Amino acid sequence: MQPKTLFDKIWDNHVVHEIENGPQVVYIDRHFIHEVTSPQAFAGLKKRGIGVFRPKQTIATADHNVPTQDQHLPIKDALSKHQVDTLINNCDEFGVELYGLGHPYQGIVHVIGPELGITQPGMTIVCGDSHTSTHGAFGNIAFGIGTSEVEQVLATQCVLQKKPKTMKIQVDGELKNGVLSKDIILYVISKISTSGGTGHFVEFCGTAIENLSMEGRMTICNMSIEMGARGGMIAPDNTTFDYIKGREFAPKGAEWEAKLAEWKALKTDPDANFDTEHYFKAEDIEPMITYGTNPGMGIGVTGNIPALNGDISIKKSLEYMALEGGSQLLGKKIDYVFIGSCTNSRIEDLRLVAELVKGKKKADHVNAMIVPGSKQVEKQAIEEGIDKVLLAAGFELRQPGCSACLGMNEDKVPKGKYCISTSNRNFEGRQGPGARTMLASPLTAAAAALTGHITDVRELLN
Amino acid sequence: MDKFTTLKSTCIPLPLQDVDTDQIIPARFLKATTRDGFGDNLFRDWRYNEDGSPNEDFILNKGLSGEILVAGRNFGCGSSREHAAWAIYDFGIKVVVSSFFADIFKNNALNNGLLPVQVSDSFLKSLFEAIEKDASTEVIVSLEDETISIEGTDLKESFDINAYKKYCMIQGYDDIDFLISKREEIEEFETKQK
Ligand code: SF4
Repeated sequence: MQPKTLFDKIWDNHVVHEIENGPQVVYIDRHFIHEVTSPQAFAGLKKRGIGVFRPKQTIATADHNVPTQDQHLPIKDALSKHQVDTLINNCDEFGVELYGLGHPYQGIVHVIGPELGITQPGMTIVCGDSHTSTHGAFGNIAFGIGTSEVEQVLATQCVLQKKPKTMKIQVDGELKNGVLSKDIILYVISKISTSGGTGHFVEFCGTAIENLSMEGRMTICNMSIEMGARGGMIAPDNTTFDYIKGREFAPKGAEWEAKLAEWKALKTDPDANFDTEHYFKAEDIEPMITYGTNPGMGIGVTGNIPALNGDISIKKSLEYMALEGGSQLLGKKIDYVFIGSCTNSRIEDLRLVAELVKGKKKADHVNAMIVPGSKQVEKQAIEEGIDKVLLAAGFELRQPGCSACLGMNEDKVPKGKYCISTSNRNFEGRQGPGARTMLASPLTAAAAALTGHITDVRELLN
Repeated sequence: MDKFTTLKSTCIPLPLQDVDTDQIIPARFLKATTRDGFGDNLFRDWRYNEDGSPNEDFILNKGLSGEILVAGRNFGCGSSREHAAWAIYDFGIKVVVSSFFADIFKNNALNNGLLPVQVSDSFLKSLFEAIEKDASTEVIVSLEDETISIEGTDLKESFDINAYKKYCMIQGYDDIDFLISKREEIEEFETKQK
């Protein structure tokens, strides 16, 4: 038999039908929905007079548009409330399970799927959100879709897709102190650009990736989309199985044993060909930070912003950020710190931040917001006393949601202000009109909150 | 979905690279629960000043009209929001030309009757130059022949579109219609999987 990549194995296993010279009908095992990209899809079903084909395979939550304070009170913003209410009504009418506001499982869709054990190896997973790629950390094919495709899945449990090409990104070696998985992915994107992965599905491998926790792997796969890729995945191993075991919706008993045997076989064959390959060394990676308005515009925190080279897109970007080509970022005063989003809002992220800020105080002029990814993360943080450590250091622990990652709710960064954010996008206006976002790891963000300026976290760790 | 065969129109040039969907339609306008009306907020933060007055420097406020948007490389990157395609279409654009499209955007566009036409960098450059020289330059896009040409010149290029998507665009037929017709096969697949 022809050697195959992990991606090809899972994909081929889910093709229901092939259209000549066209896309394939791909079967979807798990479908996540949220309030922002689903209303028009449900409206479409109503217009066609059909129901949800497999309601048990769709799971809903409210995350994008919810407040992160006083979640027990009615949502103040009328439009947001209407959108969240529409989700509640649609789930009710079509028989879809909803982990909405007030539910102990509520949270950012890409945080709750894995933590509930819904996300498993070998599956196909979609959601009307590009960072669905996060779930790929468990060795499955997970990708973001548009609302028309959400409607396709609701109507038929399938999507029409052209099979992407495959890419291998191998990172070997040991990470330096203070360097996290977020730095790996910002580094990779800075090397291959925001369109370097277009048309591809990426498998991340190598010793630096294998040594990461599941949280770390999720951060990597989460941002694979920021290099233009359709998604990212990591072959499942014992770290994966240990994480899933015992979770709410994980297989149990004999079923667990059967699944485990199946999952252990999920690997790329040794001689399989990828369409594109990239190799990096972990030792080359520093704590990273972005200076521009796309996630590929990243540099090591001690480095210099590239000099202007006549490219008008870069010029526009630096003007927006009010930064000089060729200058250093280290020491630059910042105004906001946002630790949250489906990239870095898991318990491991909060633990790292708490450890760094314990017994210290944030700089007075910095507004620091920490938004856990889910109710369960919030609960665990409180159980571990992380909330108290953060509060004592002057940080505010909010309630779960997407929050300032996309600024749909009231958590926005004001015009012209600099925000070090652990989220995944630094586009113009992403965190609010005129907001200036710099992406970094939770450690680099927390370090900046303490000092009030862009800081090399390694100085605080030593 | 509306049918599409050929279009002859003037163009709106947007010579920027990496135009992301947050610029096309900022997140704060995603609170609607229908597909209509997004065109009013297309390129909102580039198009309007903070006080809501039009930004005179932005191309959409320069009195140009046309059903073809011509943009720089890597158009539609970023968030997968289909609202971006809805906003462009709702504004009255039927074709977007670029030398490269982000995957999800391309799919979303095709699912909504908006035709993404991918051309070579050199053709794109000539197109920008032609529009800059004369804003009334007309461009002809033929889906049937898979070609794009600049009226009054011999500049012409073929573009690629998947045969199935082409059929759908010409017929005004969408993917859901197709998938629903395959439900029996999907059920057979499910039985086999178990
Ligand atoms: S946290 Fe940000 S990137 Fe993640 S799902 Fe929410 S809006 Fe999307």
